[in-house]
Amino acid sequence: MSLIDLTAVSFAYGRGRPVLDGIDLRIEAGHNLGIVGESGSGKTTILRLLLGLVRPSSGDISFRGAPIDPGDRSFMRVFRRAVQAVFQDPYSSLDPRQKIVDIVAEPLRSLKIATDVDAAVAEALSAVDLPREAAGRYPHEFSGGQRQRIAIARAIVSQPELVLADEVVSALDLTTRIRIVELLNVLSANTTLVLVSHDIGFVALLCQDLVILEKGHIVEQGPARDILSAPKHPYTQRLLESTPRLPDFA
Amino acid sequence: MTDTTPVLAPPTSMRVTPTFLIGATLVGLHIVVGLLTLVWTPYDPTAMTGGRLAPPSLAHWAGTDRLGRDLFTEIMVGARIALSVGIGAVTIAASIGVTLGLLAAFASRTVDDVLAATLDILIAFPTLLLAMLIVAASDGASLGTAIFAIGIASSSIVARLTRILARRVLAMDYITAARVSGTSWLGIVRIHVLPNIWPTLIVNFALQFGLAVIAEASLSYLGLGAPPPNASWGRLLQEAQATVYTAPFGAIAPGIALVSLVIGLNLFADGLRDVADPTRRRR
Amino acid sequence: MDELLTIENLSIRHAGRSLVSGVSLSVAAGERVGLIGESGSGKSLTALAAIGLLPDGMTASGSVGLAGRQVIGATDREVVGLRGAVAATIFQEPLTALDPLMRIGGQIAEVVRRRVRRDGRSLSRTEVLAEVMGLMARVALPDPARLARAYPHEMSGGQRQRAAIAMALACRPRLLIADEPTTALDVTTQAEVLKLLEMLVREENMGLLFISHDLPVVGTAVDRVLVLRAGELVEEGPVAEVFGQPRHPYTVGLVEAARAFDQAIGAAL
Repeated sequence: MSLIDLTAVSFAYGRGRPVLDGIDLRIEAGHNLGIVGESGSGKTTILRLLLGLVRPSSGDISFRGAPIDPGDRSFMRVFRRAVQAVFQDPYSSLDPRQKIVDIVAEPLRSLKIATDVDAAVAEALSAVDLPREAAGRYPHEFSGGQRQRIAIARAIVSQPELVLADEVVSALDLTTRIRIVELLNVLSANTTLVLVSHDIGFVALLCQDLVILEKGHIVEQGPARDILSAPKHPYTQRLLESTPRLPDFA
Repeated sequence: MTDTTPVLAPPTSMRVTPTFLIGATLVGLHIVVGLLTLVWTPYDPTAMTGGRLAPPSLAHWAGTDRLGRDLFTEIMVGARIALSVGIGAVTIAASIGVTLGLLAAFASRTVDDVLAATLDILIAFPTLLLAMLIVAASDGASLGTAIFAIGIASSSIVARLTRILARRVLAMDYITAARVSGTSWLGIVRIHVLPNIWPTLIVNFALQFGLAVIAEASLSYLGLGAPPPNASWGRLLQEAQATVYTAPFGAIAPGIALVSLVIGLNLFADGLRDVADPTRRRR
Repeated sequence: MDELLTIENLSIRHAGRSLVSGVSLSVAAGERVGLIGESGSGKSLTALAAIGLLPDGMTASGSVGLAGRQVIGATDREVVGLRGAVAATIFQEPLTALDPLMRIGGQIAEVVRRRVRRDGRSLSRTEVLAEVMGLMARVALPDPARLARAYPHEMSGGQRQRAAIAMALACRPRLLIADEPTTALDVTTQAEVLKLLEMLVREENMGLLFISHDLPVVGTAVDRVLVLRAGELVEEGPVAEVFGQPRHPYTVGLVEAARAFDQAIGAAL
């Protein structure tokens, strides 16, 4: 089943040059998708389009076959509940003046999801391996990795079908990074993930499908296995060659 | 390394600095005196109680003015007037300024540009000039017009500060997260923007309060403030001007009152800033 | 060997807390040494201590020698002389290392002039300009004549880092300290900048102290590596040994994590 479809989507800020041009993309339930691109590729703009935060300059974006209409309140409530996000910077993505319980509960309250808020928050925190006591504390009491877990808890508290993650491990240390990957892997049993990142290694760990973006265009897309083993587009080849790897010292 | 998020100070427990204490004491003293005048004054502030221009004595702690009224009583009443003007002006400045500032922060680029330019022009006008225009446009000088004029004049400064602070908060990822969570713009203001800009705004309100007190004194000095027999400090100063060489205490006493309140407010604001911003405190 | 940097038993303390303790390392001419660690490991502080630039309130003890001259306890004036002459530093974010209001050519020229003054000589305007152009070409900045007139914000991240490297080279340093020099760059740009650094260090026979949290990057950029954790050295040795057969459990964890990401991309090469 397709969750979000982008058809011939282009986007430009004001009258500037298009940041994205002619994007066709389908996000299917159960298939984790990795969107890989470097700075200026338009990957952040795709993410904002997928979240319904900006409207395409041309083309269509639909959610379960219906066009995304920010003016339609009841539609947006269903959409927001189903599509959540985690952001890059674990420091700026949590309001420093709110307690963890209020941060995690925000989607439940804003979307008026009738549920036992405290229980739902506790469940989300335990799903990201944080103790229940964390709920009463403030963001500055946590490390970067723990903050990212809190952000993930907020993203899953409404039990969404799709979680979009924007460079979620870039700001983290290697050992923390690998634990977040493990956590996302567990979560992807219940939720489809769309990972937007410049790091093809991270994306490849979790996604069945890949989209390679360069300067606002999709240059290659398909199953991750195919793209990684036989990249067709020169840019993909260069990206793979440039990705640093620990030399094999054996 | 430590995280450096100075704008986004985490909630902290109050820690009182000496500055804050001195400021709060001075301001508190004025408030107590101001409230006291509602129920009791040493003399009737309008009654002639002794010789004219008498020097300080046990009966008249600050002496008397040129009509023989007790100066200490007038200064006490002046504290009440200064504080009411401060409270009134800051309330007006805060409600208009914060609202406009938030609107500008949320507005589209064009609207924001227009609002920002308007505010810049308003700020360029001296408060006094603006107040004179407003007083001139209304029926005549009264305590109300003074409060209104000073409030309007300071609201542009509050608005500009609010706009800058709110913009900074709106750029944070947690605002995007809130939008994704389905939080409305009003909800975002209430839950995220106001709590994060409040500490800085409060400090500014305290400073604006001090400026309002000075502005009121200046207006009264020019005869644009509360008309007689309201004993505004500015009017006391103005009346004492003619006799400053023969009876200097008539100018010194209200001067001390004015300066002590404004210094108190500024120290209080500085102290608040230290409390609100933990990065300043660590030094 | 010609030891450029010798750190012995370095400890850094701040407000009663120990941030770095007992770190020893040395870099000789032509040697590429990596300092790897995660956030809070003290790797950047070690680099700052090496050039006498620790933030106020931090105290260093032990010994830091730059080309045989002691840095700890030396006066500012002495250390300033050593900084350009012996060691130059490149930081993670070139945008903050460059003056936003000054054209890039002017910024490089200023460093050239300072070096010439230091050597007690003088250069004409055209000579300085020629050297700036030469340096910009050396770091493979495209169209140096045009780019010299550009402001930092008009350049890409990779170009800015190249410009920062050109400024470092303008000092003619014998030791290059690079603190996360490619972390802020795109993957493809990172590969180019790493190649450039490798070439420059080899051709100028400079010493390189390369600081990073990124194992694969360090693994390709240096010959010898030291692993820092919470301010203490846990392991050191040739890269092949430390990453090939890590002994300390912490290093084992790091290597395993890095390998997991590498394996995901698989046999792509």
